[in-house]
Amino acid sequence: MRLVVDLNRCQGYAQCAFLAPEAFTMHGDEALMYDPQPDDAQREHVLRAAQACPVKAITVEGTDGALIAERAGASRVG
Amino acid sequence: MPPVSVDGSLEKLRREGHIVIVGASLAGLRAAETLRDEGFTGTLTLVGDEPHDPYDRPPLSKQVLLGRVPADHTGLPRRRALDARWRLGVAATGLDLAAKRVHLADGDSLEYDRLLITTGVRARPWPHELEADLDGVFVLRTSDDAAQLHRRLNAGPSRVLVIGAGFTGSEIASACRERGLDVTVVERGSAPLVGALGGVVGEVAAKLQREHGVDLRCGVMVTGLEGDSAGRLRCAHLSDGSTVEVEVAVVGLGATRNTEWLASSGLGAGPRGIACDAGCRAFDVRGIVTDDVFVAGDVARSPHPLFGYQFLSLEHWGNAIAQAEVAAHNMVSSSTERRPHVWTPSFWSAQFGVNIKSVGVPPMADEIIVTQGSLDERCFTAAYGYQGRIIAAVTFDQAKWLEFYQRQIEQAAPFPPEFTTVDRRPEGMRPVPADFPDPSLPSHGPTVTLSGHSPSDRRISFTPLHA
Repeated sequence: MRLVVDLNRCQGYAQCAFLAPEAFTMHGDEALMYDPQPDDAQREHVLRAAQACPVKAITVEGTDGALIAERAGASRVG
Repeated sequence: MPPVSVDGSLEKLRREGHIVIVGASLAGLRAAETLRDEGFTGTLTLVGDEPHDPYDRPPLSKQVLLGRVPADHTGLPRRRALDARWRLGVAATGLDLAAKRVHLADGDSLEYDRLLITTGVRARPWPHELEADLDGVFVLRTSDDAAQLHRRLNAGPSRVLVIGAGFTGSEIASACRERGLDVTVVERGSAPLVGALGGVVGEVAAKLQREHGVDLRCGVMVTGLEGDSAGRLRCAHLSDGSTVEVEVAVVGLGATRNTEWLASSGLGAGPRGIACDAGCRAFDVRGIVTDDVFVAGDVARSPHPLFGYQFLSLEHWGNAIAQAEVAAHNMVSSSTERRPHVWTPSFWSAQFGVNIKSVGVPPMADEIIVTQGSLDERCFTAAYGYQGRIIAAVTFDQAKWLEFYQRQIEQAAPFPPEFTTVDRRPEGMRPVPADFPDPSLPSHGPTVTLSGHSPSDRRISFTPLHA
């Protein structure tokens, strides 16, 4: 699964680091370090972390009713 | 309400037009998603010179170099399905504005109804080619760069040299120290980050580096890189006459805008980027705005009302997304439905365990005042002033306050600030010179560049000093 954190929004509340410690860790007092491609086994934890983020900074692929499967390679031409 | 055009041409474009996006990174991807969100159902083609799916770059100098995330694991999540044609691993080589065609490196060409240019920037290489080719000399911009550098750091080099202490260089130095590697940082300016945040904050960054064991040398340039008989980097010669023995050197001298492919196209494109109006429409060399060519992301120069309508070039993650969304919306909207791109510049950096964030345009400032916290504790908020108003702010581990300062900037609030803060007595609140280097001198890149009012500025050139 792929995710990205908008670190302009992130204010270091660290909710994600409590809820999905495999994917999100604090680096120092405030900086967040995350795994942009955590194992699918982490999915439940990651989704809970995304929902709990007070500033809604976490985007997880496939949570907005969008397709997950499509990759650039799948429709590549030329 | 769907847009309506008198002759139906806009409806036709939205239904069955061909939109080409050149540049398949963050801005290109988010623009493509926005086009589909806006109801564009025609053909969408993304062209990218790298062979990879769109990926995120900020983790490359942090998680990836630390070995926590593989370099090929930073692919950007999709917000939605795209139904796009991808031409990856193929660079665009030319643009024919009259024929509305983009030429590709493989000899093919693509006709478009609307074109979006999001070709971004690339790392400025070490200027001396033979030295740049030495085994052990790196730049860091792409995922491939990060993979190679990470592999070399894993081998445990005796010492790493970082040339240029901008944000990328400082983050690389931080990752190396965290891995226990010896690091020398050579910075031409008076302090790390001085081009982006000025001398007062730069001094804090310098102390931070030295506390973490970096051999930091400011006011010094690397004049030459020397290899052994096998072509492996052996040492670096510095302008103060000293020599440093190193096995790895990372060149962090800022970025070059990918505009060469537009050189003879007639677009207003040059070393500072491609000029566009507030609606992201590109200017041609005559200063006339085009109707069908749009620009977004690092490669764009766009005028900003908060900063005297000067053209701003922003190498910021958030700008790439915001500008891509505005450009995409405007590409398929009638003129009265279009929106201006008036994003307030914002960026972050994590280094040596500190979260550094900024809003506004610090290099425009003449004064700075620490409004909260203290420089000595590496935990503070500082506001930047320009002609009596707040123009920017920076926080070290105080990100929660930044939004307040962003509103102050957007309201053109007075400087020095009139408000009192919880942890500082008013008599302690005194502005001091912000101490930015001469902006006409080349540097590793302030990440925000003010580049005047001319839409067809093609003159700027940059020649780093070398041996």
